[in-house]
Amino acid sequence: MIQELTQNRITDLFAHKSERLLNVYFTAGFPELTDTRTILRGLEAAGVDLVEIGMPYSDPVADGETIQQSNGKALDNGMSIKALFDQLAGCRSEITVPILLMGYVNPILQFGVANFCKKCQEVGVDGVILPDLPLDLYLAEYASVFREYGILNVHLITPQTSESRIRYIDEESDGFIYMVSSASITGSVQGISDPMRAYFERIQSMNLRNPRLIGFGINNHETFDTASQYANGAIVGSAFIRHLQEKGTSAESIQAFVQTIRA
Amino acid sequence: MQTTLEPTTSFEVSDKGFYGHFGGAFIPEMLYPNVEELRQNYLQIIADPAFQAEFWQLLEDYVGRPTPLFLAKRLSEKLGATIYLKREDLCHTGAHKVNNTIGQILVAQRLGKKRIVAETGAGQHGVATATVCALMGLECIVYMGSIDMERQKPNVDRMRMLGATVIPARSGSQTLKDATNEAMRHWINNPVDTHYIIGSVVGPHPYPDMVARFQSVISQEVKKQLLAKTGTQNPDYVVACVGGGSNAAGAFFHYLNEPSVRLVAAEAAGQGVSSGHSAATTALGKPGVLHGSRTILMQTEDGQVVEPYSISAGLDYPGIGPLHAHLFDSGRGDFYAITDDEALQAGFQLSKLEGIIPALESAHALAALEKMNLKSDDVVVVCLSGRGDKDLATYSKHL
Repeated sequence: MIQELTQNRITDLFAHKSERLLNVYFTAGFPELTDTRTILRGLEAAGVDLVEIGMPYSDPVADGETIQQSNGKALDNGMSIKALFDQLAGCRSEITVPILLMGYVNPILQFGVANFCKKCQEVGVDGVILPDLPLDLYLAEYASVFREYGILNVHLITPQTSESRIRYIDEESDGFIYMVSSASITGSVQGISDPMRAYFERIQSMNLRNPRLIGFGINNHETFDTASQYANGAIVGSAFIRHLQEKGTSAESIQAFVQTIRA
Repeated sequence: MQTTLEPTTSFEVSDKGFYGHFGGAFIPEMLYPNVEELRQNYLQIIADPAFQAEFWQLLEDYVGRPTPLFLAKRLSEKLGATIYLKREDLCHTGAHKVNNTIGQILVAQRLGKKRIVAETGAGQHGVATATVCALMGLECIVYMGSIDMERQKPNVDRMRMLGATVIPARSGSQTLKDATNEAMRHWINNPVDTHYIIGSVVGPHPYPDMVARFQSVISQEVKKQLLAKTGTQNPDYVVACVGGGSNAAGAFFHYLNEPSVRLVAAEAAGQGVSSGHSAATTALGKPGVLHGSRTILMQTEDGQVVEPYSISAGLDYPGIGPLHAHLFDSGRGDFYAITDDEALQAGFQLSKLEGIIPALESAHALAALEKMNLKSDDVVVVCLSGRGDKDLATYSKHL
């Protein structure tokens, strides 16, 4: 069981808002190396509730083509964890929206887990999503460091996750639970099917202690709206990456994207 | 690396899936149920007498085991030691890979799976997987780097003839690493009815242990055969090539706890360890996580995986299995980096001295012999992991 964290923008957010939360993902260093702050400002101005910044990785196995390509471009542009922290330094003077970093475990191991958590705290990152760091390993090896620096670690559940494991994940989670909408990689799901709704209902009826955001396959107003009926909100990733690529990173472009999702 | 999980000191896998500091199951939650299902069942399935009977019957009647342990007289004379070749090249489908695919297809059947997905580098594992899927009537999907599909075309044709769907992996270096990524994604997208047959001693626990167990038939036979030929079960050296390291794991398995037997691993140095075109993992890598386990990995300072290079598609991988990382880390194994040229020359030498054209992978193991300072009374077993037919186009460029 997690000790109550003193102050965290993510827990604060859920304490005040429980419906139709929108979390938007973008890859750091994409489309251009220095776009991170521009996109952050744009998302804040457009009123998203949380922002998830992807730390690019050469082998993102849980991601589909769109996000993998954005990762590759960002790495070619020269993005790294160190460069990202440099870009985020001082961002809390202008950005209030909770920030999560999403990425794979190997670059963080090389950066140093304690060093990583310390830098997260320094620049104002509130939480992380690390799909290939399993819960048991996290608890055994790293949880104490994350807690020391007040960084939340968000865990995933999928339609195949057993009820007992969902209870366990709920018990050991703080912030929110990331509900992967279906057996899939990112960007590969079209629409919300009946089996997905049945899964959403099943989780909804479990009365978990953590709030839930649904991700994977949320790409327009209809899917956001449906997901929000079954959870506290949803996460958009690949659709926003495609939008940035096609329509650019201006405040107007980002505003327009967020409006089409929220409508 | 800091850890509160006690590192194991033996060479058997721990119940958490670790060999020393290496191993584990670093997988997205999307794969957790699949891997957990396997972890909870594999030992019991393998231990079942009915499984054992079917496995051994197929190894004998279908694969053609036991494979010979051949005393290579002319090579021995040339190198000044007694060299035996464990002839895995004589297995059905032309390499040791089929030992593992026979085992895993039987596991998959018992888990009620309807479809098989696999990755392949040189195509030997893909062919071995397509073969057992045909044998058992299961659908087979094989991911292969698009560059590998070009340089190992005969194996692509063989897989298709056996009824498999071969899908090119076009991401990254378009070789084995990326084929593995794509196969894992396919498994994420098809978690319930699909089994992923990993071809090497890599991936999340329990794969490295399961694959090593199926390949351990190699060292089991070597012990028996060597005893019959020499009066002792133990050679001075067992030599094998290591990409992921499945033939090496199989050749080393029953010798892991025999300290008098040195375990020698040949890695692919490509155009040279320092050339920037290499796959010499232990020389160039450091601890990291790839494809579900903590191992030794070629990576940048920032933890991005470095694209490997080798003339041999089967060794063109930026990591090694966690057992091998532990053998290296603990000093139990000797690791040699073999260049493309050294491997080619060793391949030509074996062909001319013994009438055996080795796979380019196996040629790396043969080339290690030249670096080992062998003594005249040394007895050496080399795992000849596969035959060289698939590599003729590459060999012929250097004839």
